[in-house]
Amino acid sequence: MQTTILYIGRDTEITVVMNRLLNARPEWKGICVCTDDEAIEICQTHEIDLVLLGNGIDAICEKALRAKLTGLKPNLKIIQHYGGGSGLLYGEIMSALN
Amino acid sequence: MSQFILHKENTRGHANHGWLNAHHSFSFANYYNPERMHFGVLRVLNDDLIDGGMGFGSHPHDNMEIITIPLAGAIAHKDSMGNSAVIKNGEIQVMSAGTGVSHSEFNANAGEQLNLLQIWLFPNKKNVTPRYDQQTLDVAARHNNFQQILSPNADDAGVWIHQDAWFSLGNFDEGFETEYKIKKAGNGVYAFVISGEVTINGQVLSKRDGLGVWDTDSISFKANTAGAEVLLMDIPMELN
Repeated sequence: MQTTILYIGRDTEITVVMNRLLNARPEWKGICVCTDDEAIEICQTHEIDLVLLGNGIDAICEKALRAKLTGLKPNLKIIQHYGGGSGLLYGEIMSALN
Repeated sequence: MSQFILHKENTRGHANHGWLNAHHSFSFANYYNPERMHFGVLRVLNDDLIDGGMGFGSHPHDNMEIITIPLAGAIAHKDSMGNSAVIKNGEIQVMSAGTGVSHSEFNANAGEQLNLLQIWLFPNKKNVTPRYDQQTLDVAARHNNFQQILSPNADDAGVWIHQDAWFSLGNFDEGFETEYKIKKAGNGVYAFVISGEVTINGQVLSKRDGLGVWDTDSISFKANTAGAEVLLMDIPMELN
């Protein structure tokens, strides 16, 4: 069974890398977007297991985004992703899912 | 009462990719150990051996303070901020990834193995403007002394980062004893033995062992062998 992971980050290059990394593992399905509106739309139309908040999301946007996403899916796990698709990704996701 | 956690050398994560032989003190890449996720804001301590001419092609980072200390050999660095540099043993490099930066890192010498420590700290503020710096250190100044090589302050010794952290390196004669005072209340210290054998707060540490100590304002230190070399990372224990 695949775990569907939504990544939101403002940097296009990092978002492309994240999309590649998340979809490289058969157990994960990654959906990567750069805007909050896209993220909300994805959350409305897909079953999402985990949200990764990436780079460039300021505190005000983050607060609003968390409120909106948890309003749509109250049990949704939302974590900060650090490092930009680096060696931290696997550990972050494993910790969040376990 | 101080608390501690001991990470023996042979309990580190290990990945041998041929050109890259890496040891991870904390979970990294495919090495996942829920008991080894971080020590305070210290998230990554990688001990990498990289074959001549080999390295990491361009890849992005964000929101992380990345410190590189070559122990042997030299690393060639290029990044999206326009920096192009070679950092060798006796120098330190720092990169604040902030909103996002791409860089490549290669062994600068075709015929020599590169050994480096790469250390990642969670930053104390997110989405800062990316920055890069490197500095040549006075290696003689760390003989029987914890030489500060990193701090939060631009006008202090060593490089600076976006975190209330202080790093020190020392190279000690056998039998040398001292006390290290923690720079900021609430910080802990992660000691990493680069070479030799030392005793910290009564714990005997060998090459590449790590010891995290917290809930204290100082640590005791003794070098048990000549040429013992230690990196101290004085870091916040609370994640920002």
